[in-house]
Amino acid sequence: MPEVQTDILRWIVLLPLAGVVLNVAAAVTDRGKLARLIGPASILSAFVLAVIAVAQLAALPSGAALVDDVYRWIDAGKLSVDLTFRVDALTAMMLLIITGIGSLIHIYSLGYMDHENDVARFFAYMNLFVASMLVLVLADSLVLLFVGWEGVGACSYLLIGFWYTEPANVDAGQKAMIANRLGDAAFLIGMFVLFWGMADLGLPSLKIGVINIAAPLLAAQSPWLPTLVCLLLLVGATGKSAQIPLYIWLPDAMAGPTPVSALIHAATMVTAGVYMMARLSFLYVQTPVALEIVALIGAATCFFAATIALVQDDLKKVLAYSTVSQIGYMVLGIGVGAFSAGLFHLLTHAFFKALLFLAAGAVMHAMHGEIRMSKLGGLAKKMPITSKAFFIGSLAIAGVPGLSAFFSKDMVLEAAFVGGHHLAWLLALVAAGFTAFYIFRSYFLTFHTEERGDPEKMAHLHEMPAVMTVPLMILALGAIGIGWLGLPGGLLWGDALGGWLAPVLAKVPGHHGHPSTATMLGLMGITTAMALSGIGVAWLFYIRSPELPDRLASRCAGLHRTLLNKYWIDEIYDALVVRPYAAWSRFAWRVIDSTIIDGTINGLATSVSFSAALWRRLQSGDVQHYALATLAGAALLVGGAWALAAGF
Amino acid sequence: MIAFWIVALFALVGALVVVLHRNPVYSALGLVLTLFQVAVLFALLDAPLLALLQVMVYAGAIVVLFLFVIMLLSLEPEKRLAAPFPVAVAGLVLAATLGFGLVVSGTLPLRSGVPSRLPADFGSPESLATNLFTKHQLPFELTSVLLLVAVVGAVVLARRRS
Amino acid sequence: MDLAGLPPEYPLGLAAALFAIGAFGVVFRRSVIVVLMCIELMLNAVNITFVAFGRELGDMAGQVMVFFVMTVAAAEVAVGLAILLVAFSRRKTLDGDEFASLRG
Repeated sequence: MPEVQTDILRWIVLLPLAGVVLNVAAAVTDRGKLARLIGPASILSAFVLAVIAVAQLAALPSGAALVDDVYRWIDAGKLSVDLTFRVDALTAMMLLIITGIGSLIHIYSLGYMDHENDVARFFAYMNLFVASMLVLVLADSLVLLFVGWEGVGACSYLLIGFWYTEPANVDAGQKAMIANRLGDAAFLIGMFVLFWGMADLGLPSLKIGVINIAAPLLAAQSPWLPTLVCLLLLVGATGKSAQIPLYIWLPDAMAGPTPVSALIHAATMVTAGVYMMARLSFLYVQTPVALEIVALIGAATCFFAATIALVQDDLKKVLAYSTVSQIGYMVLGIGVGAFSAGLFHLLTHAFFKALLFLAAGAVMHAMHGEIRMSKLGGLAKKMPITSKAFFIGSLAIAGVPGLSAFFSKDMVLEAAFVGGHHLAWLLALVAAGFTAFYIFRSYFLTFHTEERGDPEKMAHLHEMPAVMTVPLMILALGAIGIGWLGLPGGLLWGDALGGWLAPVLAKVPGHHGHPSTATMLGLMGITTAMALSGIGVAWLFYIRSPELPDRLASRCAGLHRTLLNKYWIDEIYDALVVRPYAAWSRFAWRVIDSTIIDGTINGLATSVSFSAALWRRLQSGDVQHYALATLAGAALLVGGAWALAAGF
Repeated sequence: MIAFWIVALFALVGALVVVLHRNPVYSALGLVLTLFQVAVLFALLDAPLLALLQVMVYAGAIVVLFLFVIMLLSLEPEKRLAAPFPVAVAGLVLAATLGFGLVVSGTLPLRSGVPSRLPADFGSPESLATNLFTKHQLPFELTSVLLLVAVVGAVVLARRRS
Repeated sequence: MDLAGLPPEYPLGLAAALFAIGAFGVVFRRSVIVVLMCIELMLNAVNITFVAFGRELGDMAGQVMVFFVMTVAAAEVAVGLAILLVAFSRRKTLDGDEFASLRG
């Protein structure tokens, strides 16, 4: 694979970093006026550079890569890690998503964060996030990838708790941090084991390219090693990408500003786990066991989160569980070996979920923070653009034919079915129906039906300024059109994205891609029918006969309560993990720390000070007493010497 | 031998006067008596130059300095002579032990290989000077620095009084 | 001067006695000025031993050392008495027990 050296890549990272520094400076000087310029401008310029870099890459033959060796970072014994950035087909896609959608969201934030005093801090965090995310996708070694991985985690924590005066926001940030720590610990251990295995092969390196090439050798040397590594990395991915069992932090992460939810907790960071597994696809295909587990986790998360989203009242919570569910599709795609399908869904999801979040943010902004759907309703008249944007996003995520998720979700489902993962397929299929239902439920309850909002707020309701609506429109266009990059069955240009990504992704051995046209059309028909019936039921429930949902809820009261309380997962975790840990911590604090350790230290100190109080009496301050002591010593010496000489 | 006993007797009397007399002037005079006896002893021990220096430096300079200070402060005979009783007793016991131990060990027969004959000029001013200005030149020069520092220090301390 | 009749044990014994008396005086007396005199006594006792041992060993270094001790003693008395003058002007007494501001 040809590699072309270029210096441009480091600037893609450095520009947002410069934005961080300038924003911090701006925060000190002018209370954020400059930050409004610096924040979006640094990301936009990074976007321009990314486009240039991708254009350069596109001009090269397929399978080539751009490489930027910055310097040797670590040189310790057998391990040496270079700070090297690398752009291949996969990174190119991620680069454009991060900087492109990142730019739109930064511009939108100008409007959304208009009334904030702390804009400079906000943009500093956001720029730092983008820089970290870029490091993550540009990294050519797992070590550097982990730097970005931790960086985005830290920024996520900072931004969830952006309004830090509310304890609930701070708690949400800590929850995200702790859930991610668990995943990151597994990621680290996975890296250690992997390095061990690589060193055994005589290839002591964590370069992603080397790992992918050496993957078959690793598997041949010790079959369990790739499985172990892949499962550990999977745990890392479940933390970052909010999958079972570590997804619990993402719904709470909605405490942050909505642009943060759109950028970090929908479009980019939470897909890092998917990206990482796709990056190591050559390692994953060596271990069918791990892949099977990945697929099951993806499908289960997909279904599970969709059911919770069915009944939530908080619009952002619906979108959060929707995100968990949609990432489940991506993970399912990885698990069934259809890496490009998973990444395709990642791409389309970035658009339509960012769109949905930004539209929800516009609603929240217009309603002064009100986001409960039971207090919304009938907003379409006052906010036509936002309403249409949300509608397009809903169509896209529901999988209506012609819009983006129709193509990407279908591709994942098809791969799952053809690959023989029928249980996973079934779960994901039902989840697709749920998806259509919950998103249209949200749409209807927010923008149609009668007005339930605070009349005073409704009176002042108005459409958002252009700085917020224009990004919505652009994202809406993307949500409609981006799916056409991956057409099924060789239509027109066929699966263009798949072709673009093919050189950097592994193929599952014995996986014969193309089913018969009849199968394909049949699957497509089933999926579409699921989606349309989901929309239909939502319409029936919330427009046609609004008394139906309540009747159903009272009929299945137990199920409804279970869903409403998110299966009591938080409570279960609380009882199983948090309380015992807190109890142990209290024990450690009260008994081990306060009593034993402090007791020892304080006891020592007390005894020293007590004996010092005795000994200080020796220090009379009278020189003659000291002379007496000296005399006593001398007498002792002489007397002793004499006694010895006299032979006693 | 008789000379030694006389010297020893007067030296001890002088020393006891220093330690025991209430009036500091008498103490100083007792000190002079003892120092003179030591000078005589030096002369007896083949150290004529040191004997002279002893009279000049100690009796002539140091004791005069003591007396000068005593007069300057116009010190009365002390009302409270001794330290508190326990300290005094402890001092007496310990000093007695030390002195007894030193006397006993000092009067034990020396077992070193003593040269039976001393050189003819042993202890002459010439031999002392030769030693001082050859083998011990550096310490000698350093004492001059020491004396200078002492002079400056004394002046500084005394001036600060006002 | 030939004094072969005076063995070194005698001056050494005298020195020991003088030293003990001086040491006792240092501890016993309250008056700081007398304490200084007692220190002079002890120094002289040491000087006697230097001379006696030097003669016994046939080494002039003993006498040289006495020379140095005299110099140092002179310096010591000069500085000591100066300190004493300052102390007296502060406390109006020479009682050593009064100078105990370092009492623990």
